[in-house]
Amino acid sequence: MTEYKPIKKVVSGNYAAAYGALHARVQVVAAYPITPQTSIIEKIAEFIANGETDIQYVPVESEHSAMAACIGASATGARVFTATAAQGLALMHEMLHWASGSRLPIVMVNANRALAPPWSVWDEQTDSLSQRDTGWMQFYAENNQEVYDGVLMAFKIAEDKRVSLPAMIVESAFILSHTYDIVEMIPQELVDEFLPPRDPLYTLTDFDNPISVGALATPNDYYEFRYKEAMAMERAKKVIKEVGREFGERFGRDYSQMIETYRTEDAEIVFMGMGSLMGTVKEAVDVLRKEGYKVGAVKVRWFRPFPKEELYQLAKEVPAIAVVDRNFSFGQEGILFNESKGVLFNTDARPLMKDYIVGLGGRDFTVNDVRTIARDMKKTLEKGKVKEEVVWYHLKR
Amino acid sequence: MEDTLFGEKKAEARKLAFTSVEQYPEAPISLGTTLSNFTGDWRTFMPVINEEKCVKCYICWKFCPEPAIYIKPDGYVAIDYDYCKGCGICANECPTNAITMEKEEK
Amino acid sequence: MEIPESVKKRLTLPAEEHFYAGHTACQGCGASLGLRYVLKAYGKKTIVAIPACCSTIIAGAWPYNTLDANLFHTAFATTGAVISGIEAALKALGYKVKGEDGVMVVGWAGDGGTADIGLQALSGFLERGHDAVYIMYDNEAYMNTGIQRSGSTPYGAWTTNTPGGKRHFLEKRHKKKVIDIVIAHEIPYAATASDAYPEDFLRKLRKAQKIPGPSFIQLFAPCPTGWRSPTDKSIEIARLAVQTAYFPLFEYENGKYRINMPSPKKEPKPIEEFLKLQGRFKYMTKEDVETLQQWVNHEWEKLKKLAEVFG
Repeated sequence: MTEYKPIKKVVSGNYAAAYGALHARVQVVAAYPITPQTSIIEKIAEFIANGETDIQYVPVESEHSAMAACIGASATGARVFTATAAQGLALMHEMLHWASGSRLPIVMVNANRALAPPWSVWDEQTDSLSQRDTGWMQFYAENNQEVYDGVLMAFKIAEDKRVSLPAMIVESAFILSHTYDIVEMIPQELVDEFLPPRDPLYTLTDFDNPISVGALATPNDYYEFRYKEAMAMERAKKVIKEVGREFGERFGRDYSQMIETYRTEDAEIVFMGMGSLMGTVKEAVDVLRKEGYKVGAVKVRWFRPFPKEELYQLAKEVPAIAVVDRNFSFGQEGILFNESKGVLFNTDARPLMKDYIVGLGGRDFTVNDVRTIARDMKKTLEKGKVKEEVVWYHLKR
Repeated sequence: MEDTLFGEKKAEARKLAFTSVEQYPEAPISLGTTLSNFTGDWRTFMPVINEEKCVKCYICWKFCPEPAIYIKPDGYVAIDYDYCKGCGICANECPTNAITMEKEEK
Repeated sequence: MEIPESVKKRLTLPAEEHFYAGHTACQGCGASLGLRYVLKAYGKKTIVAIPACCSTIIAGAWPYNTLDANLFHTAFATTGAVISGIEAALKALGYKVKGEDGVMVVGWAGDGGTADIGLQALSGFLERGHDAVYIMYDNEAYMNTGIQRSGSTPYGAWTTNTPGGKRHFLEKRHKKKVIDIVIAHEIPYAATASDAYPEDFLRKLRKAQKIPGPSFIQLFAPCPTGWRSPTDKSIEIARLAVQTAYFPLFEYENGKYRINMPSPKKEPKPIEEFLKLQGRFKYMTKEDVETLQQWVNHEWEKLKKLAEVFG
């Protein structure tokens, strides 16, 4: 194994994603521009223009076609990458199911952006979370480094034959996509050692033994294919941990856990959330600890597959959990809140849980906001029961 | 099995049925050909070839949508009744009326 | 089965079959016949993409494949995009695509999947210049869902959502000229073809194979079920569609138009000859027939002019 010396670059989250795709030796990119993702595919075009890669670049006419072209390319046997956001992801919806149902390990970066109307280009997680049932793995990056690392790991996990499912790396609009930060990149030969060429489950290029993919299955057969997919997603948990550990051993950043805990050991209150806002939350935890609050943080890295076991272990130890949801499911509640409550139902873990709807449409979420939530949560803890489950935290009243 | 259009491939074709989830492939890829599906039982009228009238023009062979018409070593055409659905295109297109559609007794 | 060499020489189509019997197309289906021809032209070294359409069923329910070629079933709107992706991947993986010994990438979609829901993806495919062949098999309605009108349904046709009735609610728009939309992209090769003229169709398929860049063929493929026509008349109807100039066969190659059939020098047969064999046209009044005839005349004159000026 060659000695690892990282190459430090100051890049935006979008450029981190593009470098991830480049270093993963992606063979086909089919994409359509949409704010705030666009500079990912611009950067990849620049790599091609500069002669750094021979990626086949398909500048499609919509996101629906972007995902369709990715599916065609992946089924043929290539390593395929794309990127999108919000409206584009919503337009892709049909094809997201098609990618996972065809068991194709496509990797896509989604820049979280609020859905219209009213128009918004700013950060919110509802776009990606409303694709939770499409059979895609979802990794929420906290910072640009995690975007880069996430893309590389996602290919290895997705292409593992125990998994063979597509993966989405999710970054925040502007907060990550357009904000520059130091990212430690991995020399190409070391990426190659970590991520060998794709060995597909099937291809469309065995002309002596032709196959069809995705033919009509009657009620007598369809069910089994869905079970296979469900089991692949279950197996993905193990593969995620394996690959995350290997990544840590090779490159010093460990991703062997599907959730990341921060100062939770003796915490009375734990803030739980996903993506870039967890950077703010962790900083707030340090501040609040100094102010005497016994608080910690839990970042959910992988939303699909869902870290059920990890959340149970956490919930057993923690008296109160404040979920910060930068998303909402109408007629219900924040999506992470909903799912994390759900996994505890048949267990003995009964923390007090409250849902804070924050930052929708890019509304700023600060350390002060975390302090306010901590105060509110402390009152709840003292009362010993949750009165108001869902709090529209920023609402002008 | 007689030597028809798909010969060995027809003989090898099997109906596939799966009784446990382990038997399924991981992805929904095909495992066989449709040759195991005998569509001949759809037929109401069957084409009958009169070799005396046949001029070996192969127009019937050309237009069969199944395909269920094959060419024998002697150059005459024959019909694989395992697949022929009895559409009658062959009879309609035959320039010498060498093919007639006859009501099939089942 | 081995066909004697003496016979092979007399066949006007390749003897090899890469389309298996046992499929579940309706009796007298023009789509299945067309797919048989495509595979005769291109053989095994072919990747076919099929969106939602009759051919989804014809190509075999899981776990069977009717095609002796690789087949990817895809979503309704995506044929143009999926073949673009397949072509890009083949190139990335080092395959020769198109040409005599290259891998053939074929999109095989119905008229609904081409003229309507798939038009955008088709346009993208054509405009980007991928090395693949898109074949629209035109049976002039959404047949797989049970005969609903599409953009390609002709004036005066009965379908289940233009059912005629007391208010004479039949298809009120003329057939969308998809081939003209395609030609507007100025691709190297576009053509119309018909199940009734397979030699012509195969010649066009081979031309499409040789010419680099995107090719498009609109194939007239009768549907006895949807056209309410006798199953044995499929070829006859397809032939009449050409002879009446309702569906003329022509090629557009590097900017030049060439009419194949019917002869521009002769008067085409009257449209009634095409209409009378099909139950779907039985509610048309005399005026309706006249309206359709005028449209056919107009389009035919236009095509002849194009062939004259850009021939």
